[in-house]
Amino acid sequence: MSAVLQDRPVAAPRGARIEVRQVSHRFELAQGPLPVLDRIDLAVQPGEFVALLGPSGCGKSTLLRLVAGLEPASSGTLTHDGAPIARPHPSRIVVFQDPTLFPWRSVWDNVALGLQARGVLKAERARVDEALALVGLRAFAKAHPHQLSGGMAQRVALARALVNDPSLLVLDEPLGKLDSLTRMTMQSELVALWQRAGFSALLVTHDVEEAFFMAQRVVVLSDRPARIVAELRNTLPYPRQRGSATLADLRHEALRRLGLDATW
Amino acid sequence: MTTAYSSTTTLPNLFGRGAPATPRLRVWWTGLLAAAAWLTLGLLTRAWPNKLIGFSDWAYTAEFGAAACIVGALLLAIIVLGRYAERIARRLRPAGAWLIALPLLFGAWEVLTAKLGLLPTPFFAPPQNLIEVYGEDWRRLGDSAWHSIRLLFHGVAIGTLLGFLTGVAIGWSRAVGYWVHPVLRFVGPVPASALLPLAFFAFPSSYAAAVFVISLATFFPVTILTWSGVAGVNRQYYDVARTLGASEWFLVLRVAIPAALPQVFVGLFMALGAAFSVLVVAEMMGVKAGLGWYLTWAQGWASYANMYAALIIMAVVCSSTVTLLFVLRDRVLSWQKGTVKW
Repeated sequence: MSAVLQDRPVAAPRGARIEVRQVSHRFELAQGPLPVLDRIDLAVQPGEFVALLGPSGCGKSTLLRLVAGLEPASSGTLTHDGAPIARPHPSRIVVFQDPTLFPWRSVWDNVALGLQARGVLKAERARVDEALALVGLRAFAKAHPHQLSGGMAQRVALARALVNDPSLLVLDEPLGKLDSLTRMTMQSELVALWQRAGFSALLVTHDVEEAFFMAQRVVVLSDRPARIVAELRNTLPYPRQRGSATLADLRHEALRRLGLDATW
Repeated sequence: MTTAYSSTTTLPNLFGRGAPATPRLRVWWTGLLAAAAWLTLGLLTRAWPNKLIGFSDWAYTAEFGAAACIVGALLLAIIVLGRYAERIARRLRPAGAWLIALPLLFGAWEVLTAKLGLLPTPFFAPPQNLIEVYGEDWRRLGDSAWHSIRLLFHGVAIGTLLGFLTGVAIGWSRAVGYWVHPVLRFVGPVPASALLPLAFFAFPSSYAAAVFVISLATFFPVTILTWSGVAGVNRQYYDVARTLGASEWFLVLRVAIPAALPQVFVGLFMALGAAFSVLVVAEMMGVKAGLGWYLTWAQGWASYANMYAALIIMAVVCSSTVTLLFVLRDRVLSWQKGTVKW
């Protein structure tokens, strides 16, 4: 168990409670407003793992940006433990589809970014090593991003998020660009990290299998402008078996809701 | 027969993973050929009498021949010594073909000027005449080079500093961009040397005027490229830093500037070219020192050999400056892969 996680009592719930109420959002384009989100209602309980599943370009990532505080919503309210979300905060960390490591920084310096930005790096250097150990990349601390494989780079991005001890981890298709084998391994690793650290997790994906393998609750979104068309609960205990019949039933149900029943 | 120790190992790579190839003994034929070419050049220079034009012979002919012979003898020695001179031989090896081409060029130059007198004399001096110039006028040449380097340094340093700050400011702040961009578009493309006459009467000294115009020539490319570097930073870098709690200053200093640095170096490279050109023009027009001044001075006396000598020094100075810039870049941007080697 890493000391990153030891500074808080393990039993106490430390995940964020996120509430999204009647949130609509549109982009103001030259051709006129483009609605992307349509009255979204969503709650993430402390320590819960929720997946947002929807077709490509439906507005899932936009919803994540609103939750992260990177953009204000056109209408509706978003709260984090009851307080409105107005700007980014290091307690809600986003892991993007691209690892977006800073190429001019070594792996260690990349992971240290959040601590440095908040001016606490000097006191908490050990946390960087611990976060690197957590994702199994301690030996690569001095490497530069261009020397890493896609999976390793995404692990570094994960360590860069975890070092801040977030109460909400926002995952924007973090495994979307990895090969399928690396992807499956990292799905299990992410779930294990979530179980150990106890943060709330909000995952955006368009991979039906990934959503049900990882999340406790899957929110199915429609095409743009995104509406919630279904919420499917997955009560299977972790670690989950990919071949389980319950998972297959859930996948079938999700595909039906997405209008892809004919492909089953 | 002589044998030279050699191994086929290339430059040691960064990670030290290159397995050393098994050493083999073989003759460095290219080196042998080069040694022969240098010796031939030396002997030919000494044995073939110069064609006399007017009353004076070219000075330093024998010395030039001796120098070529010494180069040839040294090359031969390196080959004969084999494994004892291995380190020098390994460094020389990549230059093998050039070591042959150089004596051939010098030979052709020597024959066309001193030996046959085919090229008109005041304008084309033989190689030994350059030795004469360097021997007799080294003090003035050295002084000129020093003045040029100092002026260049002052101008480029000021221009780079201001250009960098302006570029970051335009790239970052919409308000600064609104006011500075139009001015930059209007004034920037004007050749900086066109402002020299104005600068010479506006500034208290011609040195200050030259510093101003050189820094202006440096300023423009550095500003534009820094600006484009800052403006072109991947937006996601900012998103990442912001979600991690970065302040505005952190975004500028730790995200925008490092991400823009590769572009800044392109700007600096372009700026140096502009600065060299303005430097020479300024020295020819009003600054009473420097290599540019020396060139006009030598032309006034129709001493073309002095001009060649000054041009060669200028080439060395400019090339070394650019090399220095690339060394600096390779150090600062060591995280980049596949950058062009100067």
